[in-house]
Amino acid sequence: MAPEEIAELLKKEFGDRVVDTTFDTSHPRIEVQAEAWPDIARFLREDSRMRFNFLRCLTAMDLLEDDKFCATYDLHAIEPAKDGKGPYTLIHGCCIQIRVPRDDAKIPSVAHVWRAADWHEREAYDMMGILFENHPDSMIGPNGKHPRRILCPDDWVGFPLRKDYMFPLEYHGIPAVTEMGQTRPVH
Amino acid sequence: MSWIENRFEEGLIITSLDWAINWGRRYSIWPMTFGLACCAIEMMAIGASRFDVDRFGAGAFRASPRQADLMIVAGTVTYKMASRVKRLYNQMPEPKYVMAMGACTIGGGPYFKNGYHVVKGVDLVVPVDIYVPGCPPRPETLIEGILRLQDMIKNQSLARDRWQGAKEKVLAASAPSYA
Repeated sequence: MAPEEIAELLKKEFGDRVVDTTFDTSHPRIEVQAEAWPDIARFLREDSRMRFNFLRCLTAMDLLEDDKFCATYDLHAIEPAKDGKGPYTLIHGCCIQIRVPRDDAKIPSVAHVWRAADWHEREAYDMMGILFENHPDSMIGPNGKHPRRILCPDDWVGFPLRKDYMFPLEYHGIPAVTEMGQTRPVH
Repeated sequence: MSWIENRFEEGLIITSLDWAINWGRRYSIWPMTFGLACCAIEMMAIGASRFDVDRFGAGAFRASPRQADLMIVAGTVTYKMASRVKRLYNQMPEPKYVMAMGACTIGGGPYFKNGYHVVKGVDLVVPVDIYVPGCPPRPETLIEGILRLQDMIKNQSLARDRWQGAKEKVLAASAPSYA
C-alpha cells in the first residue's frame, strides 16, 4: 500500500487526529496527535490492511526554532517467506511523526504495541528528554515518573542531545571543564 | 616492598639487592585484561603472536586486578566508567602502574571539545605513569611504552619511600563518594 492510501485509511478511521501529511519527499510521513498515538499504533499493528509488525526505528529531534520536539516512528510490515526458508519480504512501510511542545514533552508509550519501542523510548528519553508515559521500564526520579535512562548514568543531569544543553562542569568530583592548560590533580 | 621500605637510611647501599629485585619485577609485569574501546584491539594484538609481548615478560594478562601490576587503560573512559576504573585501580596490589593508552585516555582525544560524557584524561581519576600517544597507538608504540615502564622500574629503589606516600595520597583522593 502506498503512503497516500495509508493516510487515507487513517484519516477515515481517526479523522482530525491525523494532523498533517507530507508526501512530496523521499521520506513520506504522516503527523498525528500525541494523545491518539496508542490507538493509532494499535490500529496500525492489528488492522488486516495495515499489519505493521515491525518498528524499524524511533528518532527524536529537537526543533528549537519551532519550540517543539519531534518523534519519528518508522514502521514496516514484513512477512516471512511462504516455505519458511527464504528471507522476509517487505509489504509496505510508513512513517509517523508526533510533535510535542518543548515545555510539555509527553508522548504515550507504545512499548506494549511494539516490543522494540522499549529501548528506543528509553534512549529518546535519555538523550532528548521526551517523557514517554506508561513506559514499562519507568522509575521515580526527582521530577516524577520517567523511563529509565539507557546510556547515561541514572544521576545524570540534563539531556545531552538537546540543542540548549549545557555541559556539566564536574561529575562526582571529576572536573569536566574543557580548556587548554587546565590544571590536573596531583595524585 | 613494604617489609623493607623505610627501614634503611637513604644513603645505605642496597644497590645489588635493588638490581636483583628490579630485574625480576621489570621482566614480569602482569597487565590487567581491561579494554574499554578500540585501543583494546591493539592491546590484544600485542598479546598475539605477531607482536608477542611475552618476549618482554608482560604477556600474562590477568583477569583479576588483584593479580595485576599494570593497568593499561585502553580506550575512552566515560564518566559512568570512571568510578569503575578507580575501583579497579584501588583493588590492585602495590606496587602498581597505570599506562594511559591512546588519545582519549591522555586528554579526551576527539571528545575533548564536544564530548559531554568523556573524562578529559584518565589522570583526572587515577595517577598515570606512562602515556602512550596515538589513535589508537600501533602495537609497537605500546611495546615501547612497556619498555619505558621497564626503564622506570629499573631506576626504583627499595629504600625509597614510593608506595607508602603514593598510597596515602590516592586514598585521600578517593575519599569522595565515588570511590
